[in-house]
Amino acid sequence: MRQTTTLSAPSTPRLRALFTNLGPWFVYGIVFLLLMIFLVIPVLLVFFTAFVTETGAPTLGHFMNFFSQAIFKESFINSLIVAFASAVFASLIAIPLAYFTVRFEFRGAILIQTLGVLPLIMPPFVGAVAMQLIFGKNGSVNILLGDWFGINIPFMQGLWGVIFVESIHYFPFILLNLVASMRNIDGAMEESAQNLGAGGWSIFRRVVFPLAMPGFVAGAALVFVKVFDDLGTPLVLGVTNMLAPQAYLRITSIGVDDPLGYVISVIMVVFSVVALWMSALVLKGRDFSTLQKGGTSLQQRRLSFWQGIAAYGWIIVVLLIVLAPHIGILLMSFAKVWSFSVLPDAYTLAHYATVIQDSSKMISNTLLYCFTAAGIDILLGVAIAYLILRTELPGRQWLDHIASAALAIPGLVLAIGYLRMFKGMTLPFTETPIVTTWVLIMIAYAVRRLPYALRSCMAALQQLHESLEEVASSLGASRMTTIRRVVVPLMAGGILAGFVTSFITASVELSATLLLTSVESNAPMSYGIYLYMQSVAGRGPGAALGVIAILVVAIGTYASNVVADRYRITRKD
Amino acid sequence: MKQTLTRLSLATMVMAIAGLAHAGTVTVLTSFPKELTAAYKKAFETKHPTIKLEILNKNTAAALAYIKELPAGQRPDVMWVSDPSAFEVLTRDKLLAPAPEVKNPRTPAKIGNYPINDPEGLYYGQALAGYGLMWNTRYMQANKLPAPKEWADLVKPEYFGHVAISSPSRSGTTHLTVETILQGEGWNKGWGQLLQIMGNAAAVTERSFGVPDGVNNGQFGIGLVIDFFGLAGKYSGFPVEFVYPTMTAVVPANIGLIAGAKNAGEAKTFMAYTLSDEGQTLLFDPAISRLPVVPYGPGTSMKAPANYPNIQEVAKSAKVQFNSNLSEERRAIVVSMFDQMITFRLKEIQAATKAIHDAEKKLAGKNNPKAADLIRQAKAAAYAPILSEAEVRSADLLELFRKSRKDVDVSKRISALEEQWGSKSKESYAKAQALANQAAAAIR
Repeated sequence: MRQTTTLSAPSTPRLRALFTNLGPWFVYGIVFLLLMIFLVIPVLLVFFTAFVTETGAPTLGHFMNFFSQAIFKESFINSLIVAFASAVFASLIAIPLAYFTVRFEFRGAILIQTLGVLPLIMPPFVGAVAMQLIFGKNGSVNILLGDWFGINIPFMQGLWGVIFVESIHYFPFILLNLVASMRNIDGAMEESAQNLGAGGWSIFRRVVFPLAMPGFVAGAALVFVKVFDDLGTPLVLGVTNMLAPQAYLRITSIGVDDPLGYVISVIMVVFSVVALWMSALVLKGRDFSTLQKGGTSLQQRRLSFWQGIAAYGWIIVVLLIVLAPHIGILLMSFAKVWSFSVLPDAYTLAHYATVIQDSSKMISNTLLYCFTAAGIDILLGVAIAYLILRTELPGRQWLDHIASAALAIPGLVLAIGYLRMFKGMTLPFTETPIVTTWVLIMIAYAVRRLPYALRSCMAALQQLHESLEEVASSLGASRMTTIRRVVVPLMAGGILAGFVTSFITASVELSATLLLTSVESNAPMSYGIYLYMQSVAGRGPGAALGVIAILVVAIGTYASNVVADRYRITRKD
Repeated sequence: MKQTLTRLSLATMVMAIAGLAHAGTVTVLTSFPKELTAAYKKAFETKHPTIKLEILNKNTAAALAYIKELPAGQRPDVMWVSDPSAFEVLTRDKLLAPAPEVKNPRTPAKIGNYPINDPEGLYYGQALAGYGLMWNTRYMQANKLPAPKEWADLVKPEYFGHVAISSPSRSGTTHLTVETILQGEGWNKGWGQLLQIMGNAAAVTERSFGVPDGVNNGQFGIGLVIDFFGLAGKYSGFPVEFVYPTMTAVVPANIGLIAGAKNAGEAKTFMAYTLSDEGQTLLFDPAISRLPVVPYGPGTSMKAPANYPNIQEVAKSAKVQFNSNLSEERRAIVVSMFDQMITFRLKEIQAATKAIHDAEKKLAGKNNPKAADLIRQAKAAAYAPILSEAEVRSADLLELFRKSRKDVDVSKRISALEEQWGSKSKESYAKAQALANQAAAAIR
């Protein structure tokens, strides 16, 4: 919203009133236009195929064909089961982590919260290979289990395998949003409950968790939709009887232009929007906002010795499981040969030398694209959240629906749409075609990751009581001043959570990157990892680049957590 | 947003100035690994210092979409990938330009029975590849498995759950392997063998590189792979071995000039270089491990490293007379059959195969005609192709699969067929499993 501050320095009161009324419309217009140009139109240019015959006449015939195939019904049900089960398991991992680190005086809470988001940075291919090396049928864990107990647990097989991997990959969505939500709860609420005689568990169940509901629902809905639309994991595990792989296999089959692939994508988009809309219904009509921002937040209690041991022990176990792939990637990056054994045969530093020599430009590219993309995302996220929750403009909910639909759109489809839409256009004042620039890569990241930032911003604003703004405005602050000095600062935690999720997940985006990269000097790290992982000799360097990607993103996340923490503390004083 | 936009447009302008490709740049679109492209880039730029080589790496599907979506004049110059079907798609869409002057006169016209260069003269064989079997020696030792030599070995019960292949709908080279088996063994016997092998499969991977990768790290025991995947793994120190079965086909990986390229003249210089003796020698690098199209080894001017497979010999001793027209004609059908019968029904065919193996193990050494007959029936149910060879020859069917699926009626008929194949396969596997269980129950 900062952008409009420059506009809102009107000289006369009348002009000022006009701006107060026109301002939201103006922002609405800009957001709507951006969504149209960079999301709706490009995607429609591609999805168009699903609705026309070969002569271009409109038809719904392709949809009828879809519903006549049993495999699609089976796929739909499988996707639904996997998405639901993953959301449940992800909650089981995330809720205790969030609760312990926010509610108790915990050494290394920030560190744990940072480690807790690492699973989101699963570099393409490397992450999958590492998972197989650790949890696969012949991975370290199963080799050890076989040696010790003579058993083999199929962690990575079939639908359960998908659920396992998805849960440990995406639980940070819940963790991040829940932590942000819990930090926003007014400590007085808890004190009242304590005064009324409620104990620890009862306070959590009846006061803390219900008040943190917006964050939880935002996170859980994201996990559900993301898993429902996720392509990478089922493909890597060889599960094809789910919707996303069915669509992908049809869209990318060489030489066959099969509209059914696009039909499936359209159905997935519609379903995802419906799912998010239903999650919004859950929250509707209830009030989660608390008043005393900036006063006391939740009290941090001290753990007794044994409670501490139990809590730490449990957190360490969870972190070990969810970070196993990262440990695997780290080992791979130092391994000479690692094959059918618990640990690699021998170690070397050569892979890092290769990567640093070849690919340092890719690191700065990734940082540039992802920071810009995440920045755009939170600007748009705050704007949309504000328009929806604080104005009465007609059709404002559609901004949310449209932006969220991006979750379900395959990167390949968006990228093809961009190539089609900007075909033949050049950058102003130059001869350079737009499609050969990195701007499109960055915009594709921003569009694809906007739903994450948006959910976080919505949750943050939902927890903010309107009377705080009313107070500001009755004290004479304009709408812009209120937003700038009251709303945004109080939403900061949620905005940060949104920024971090967008930034992190953008850094490992591959499908759109692969199509939109037009010269190697513009390529980000995910492209480099892909490139290395295409060959036997490239596995080590690929893993090394993966480790660097994880480190870079983790440092970024840790830094923003520290900043947020300091910000909270100064606010208390 | 205004600030962001200003920042953006500033940034784009800076980038535009920096990013302008200077004249004399040849852009090569490829799916080949970095070791290979880096070796060629270095050697070529040393030899032709005025030309800069820009390597653009994309997977084959993305590469095709990229070329199609760019207007003529802005496209990359050279397409260089393994998959023969990618070049067929480009030919069909008129996206290739002839460049006959780049050919090397020493390249023979054919390898075995397969033409090295495109008969229509639009793309050229740049390296040869044969299909074979690759296995992880540690894995085989741990599971006490003998090394396989032929495709037919893979139907044995001891290999259950140890084999991996990629889907022919994802990988043109896998399609050629499938066709090789079908043409070598005949339609019915070929499918029978293929289905039995796939009953033993641990996975059908989505990327062709997924197979060698999984064998290298010990996730799979045996993989059906293209030779350089196996050889590069071996020469990079992984505990893997590779063998060509006698029933193999040797096919070229191609290079072609893209129509509407930015810099066609210098692109041809690069293509000619890759096909020259000097360019061909680069393929011997252990990390690349590909096979030149020009004859090498004793009696020629080109020296190969010791113990390097002689592909001309492999092709000569191969039993299959590969008919590429037949293969291309029925490609869409074979690929779709494979997906409906195997890829999407892997769980079911595995279960049926497991039941059959178990029943046979129980029967071994016992005289029980009833059980033996039930097992025969179970195998007949599970391992028969969904279409007969005569049905696949039907002009109607071939025509149907050649048409665009954008036509709702075509798509409807194909969908109906695929649905029928899929559900029929599922039924057959269930039936086979039941029969095998009956057989097992009948044995005491």
